[in-house]
Amino acid sequence: MREICVVAYSQSDCKSNAGMANEVELIMPQLQAVYKQVGITSAQDVDFVCSGSCDYLQGAAFAFVAGVDALGAVPPIKESHVEMDAAWALYESVLKIRMGQADSALIYGFAKSSPGELPIVLSQQLDPYYLATQWVDTISLAAMQARLMLEQGLITEGDMAAVVADSRRKALQNPQAQLSGETSTEALLNEPHYVSPLRRSDCCPVSDGAAAMIICTVDKAKEWGVPYARITGIDHRIETHNLGMRDLTDSVSTRQAAARAGVADGPVDVAEVYAPFSHQQIILQRALDLGDDTDINPSGGVLAGNLMMASGVSRIGEVFRRIVAGEAGRGVAHATSGPCLQHNMVTVLEGA
Amino acid sequence: MSELAAVVGIGQTHYKTKRGDVSIAGLVREAAQNALDDAGLTFDDIDAVVIGKAPDMFEGVIMPEIYLTDALGANGKPMLRVHTAGSVGGSTAIVAASHVQSGTFKRVLTVTFEKQSESNAMWALSTPQPFSVHLNAGAGGYFAPIIREYIRRSGAPADVGIKVAVKDRLHGARNPLAHLQLPDITAKEVEESMMLWDPLRFLEACPSSDGACAMVIASEDLAEKGPKPPAWIRGAAMRSEPTMFAGRDEVSPQAGRDCAADVYAQAGITDPRKELDCAEIYVPFSWYEPMWLENLGFAPEGEGWKLTMEGATSLDEGGDIPWNCSGGVLSSNPIGASGMIRFAEAARQVRGDAGDHQVPGAKLAMGHAYGGGAQFFSMWVVGAEKP
Amino acid sequence: MSDEQDVITDIETPIYLKYNFTAGLAPSRFLTQLKNGKLTGQRRAEPDAPVYVPPRGSCPASGMPTDEEVEVSDKATVQSFTIVHIPIPNNPIQPPFVVANLVADGANISFIHLMSECVNEEVRIGQRVQAVWKPEEEWDYAMDNIRYFKPIDEPDVAVDMIGKLPVTGLEE
Repeated sequence: MREICVVAYSQSDCKSNAGMANEVELIMPQLQAVYKQVGITSAQDVDFVCSGSCDYLQGAAFAFVAGVDALGAVPPIKESHVEMDAAWALYESVLKIRMGQADSALIYGFAKSSPGELPIVLSQQLDPYYLATQWVDTISLAAMQARLMLEQGLITEGDMAAVVADSRRKALQNPQAQLSGETSTEALLNEPHYVSPLRRSDCCPVSDGAAAMIICTVDKAKEWGVPYARITGIDHRIETHNLGMRDLTDSVSTRQAAARAGVADGPVDVAEVYAPFSHQQIILQRALDLGDDTDINPSGGVLAGNLMMASGVSRIGEVFRRIVAGEAGRGVAHATSGPCLQHNMVTVLEGA
Repeated sequence: MSELAAVVGIGQTHYKTKRGDVSIAGLVREAAQNALDDAGLTFDDIDAVVIGKAPDMFEGVIMPEIYLTDALGANGKPMLRVHTAGSVGGSTAIVAASHVQSGTFKRVLTVTFEKQSESNAMWALSTPQPFSVHLNAGAGGYFAPIIREYIRRSGAPADVGIKVAVKDRLHGARNPLAHLQLPDITAKEVEESMMLWDPLRFLEACPSSDGACAMVIASEDLAEKGPKPPAWIRGAAMRSEPTMFAGRDEVSPQAGRDCAADVYAQAGITDPRKELDCAEIYVPFSWYEPMWLENLGFAPEGEGWKLTMEGATSLDEGGDIPWNCSGGVLSSNPIGASGMIRFAEAARQVRGDAGDHQVPGAKLAMGHAYGGGAQFFSMWVVGAEKP
Repeated sequence: MSDEQDVITDIETPIYLKYNFTAGLAPSRFLTQLKNGKLTGQRRAEPDAPVYVPPRGSCPASGMPTDEEVEVSDKATVQSFTIVHIPIPNNPIQPPFVVANLVADGANISFIHLMSECVNEEVRIGQRVQAVWKPEEEWDYAMDNIRYFKPIDEPDVAVDMIGKLPVTGLEE
């Protein structure tokens, strides 16, 4: 199978409100940034383009059609779109490169989540007949999951607060982060509950922004003469939508994807996991079997800023950054979709 | 490099205005089960599921793969959701095929659907925005001026659209799954139907349907193990261009021409009219048949309408290149599935399994879909013979 | 269980989601001018770059921002049109009415708007039209500050010149 690698990544600042900028205006600077990293001038210089977005975040159909206006797609280009996080756009691009129809691909994800009330909007992801009609929001579902873990003694509220404190501290090094700072487990535990047992700090913020990435064959990376991180494993699995049939204290689909991606085949120096809620980071850490040797979420993770539809691809980008910077030799990136970690992707990246 | 892949199972639902007897999950399950039955397989034989549909606002369910995981037996498997506007049915088939052609999976289930009766499609597509007037004229309001420009350029007579409207409905009457069943339709009836968006009349426009279409795509080593012959994928391509840019040819978009050139090159086709036995082309408004005949290279520029008028695209008139033998989008239009129906019907033809709308001896067929402002294209060529 | 229970075939679950719409930085500049009664196109800051009305944030052909404002005329040419015979929901305009793709003088791309004060059967590609604005006190940040376009007494534009007229129109 052809060796594929990440060669460029850029993400906008995570902002609670990107103001007047529309989606195209959020995307264009990120595209320009990744073009610059590999020394190309437009989407015409890659073989395939794939994006991830969700119409309901901005509240109008065909968000991705506007996205095409950022590409300079004249003459026409080979382009596709997933109504999912752009991590899955990357997956589609990997298949395209594996089958030999492309040597390089541009991937981008974008969202302006601020125009609507995101947790309520996402309630409409649920079964439309039985669950969506009850407007069960994502935070409440995650709270029930955290409750199960607490009641079963699998975590304490202190463990959750420790995840948050760690995220805030690491995010101080991340100029794109929305939330960062020195805090302590004790200080966080003194905050009132928000949707019990979750505190506001246990929940990721809502952010506007975009991220872009370029992947290609290793041969192409050498031709471009740019540093790269090889994608040595990638897999994703979904599990039942029926929350009552899942063990919410575990992430079975993450374990399945990790096994097929070969996470355990080598040391994991760094991991970026997409955990929108603090307790989910602990679930994922356990499902990926990450120990003390792994630097988890050095970017601060999505508790520091969550670009819906881009955070998944950003996790891959953050691991890529650390590998090409020489800070890590091998890393794992995780992306998620759906309520309570229903759908999970695991990518293994290694240095050249 | 690219591994061979073939369609080994096809399943569709009946298409109708409202499928009140099934939920959205029931609808997709029905198509998926039909495809598995056709392939002689079960859900356990499937490695991955690829689903596609047009905007989520059509049903009001956000990212419906999340809710449809169980209905499609995807628990513990990879599941991907494609959305490329109206071309999505075709794009979804191509993305599903890439799961096999990349050597990553052996058997993939792909499903597309629309259940427009669950919502109001017209409303879903036209949220008011201040930089344009809110005319709510629908897709017809967008495409009618482009059709008018085609008529001006080509000098086509006024009744070309009527001829297509009749032909595709007569084709549809041969297909028991088709939404519109109009075996006695006449040119006069089309001509006298209400003018909606001049020059488009009511009977020259597609219906709005509920329905789903599914396929099983398998790798080379498994393709010939099923009860029916496979339809080998001989070429697949996608192209996109922006909705509006200065100098854009809206009548014959370059993205369509480039996409066709790409898919023909892969399939080794130099003269599509001669080498293809039939085609399933996305024609939601009658006049798009002559327009696409030219865009896709079946006729020289300005002469597509002549093929239509000569009966070249008609099964009933014994045409040499029948288009839309299933009745096409003009007979059934569950938007998100419409593209995949084209791809699947092309495959049915080369499997010799198209029932009363079979083109005798068809060996090579094309499926085509487009979307947005005729800016997103997906196409494939399938053949009875292994490449 | 009684076997006489009614079968439930439909449930109604209306969904209302509220959004704060933002037009975008570039479209906002256009809408601000529109509130002053001016049609202003935009292009990327290069000579001879195409002028877009309405601008949506980028020059789609190049994928670059449209940083430069270009004033365009409220006179336009019919690029194509349709006569619509179905009513617009909640709109007093009665069918049949003309919806046209119009290119303003000085712009290179068409926008969709209404035509009125015209004989529908005489509307044609290349026809010259001009905006009929609402009274100034009703102007808002919206394209419907222009009520519709009406034909004007100028010669038709040759088809290959549509979309290429300068802001001065046919006067050159």
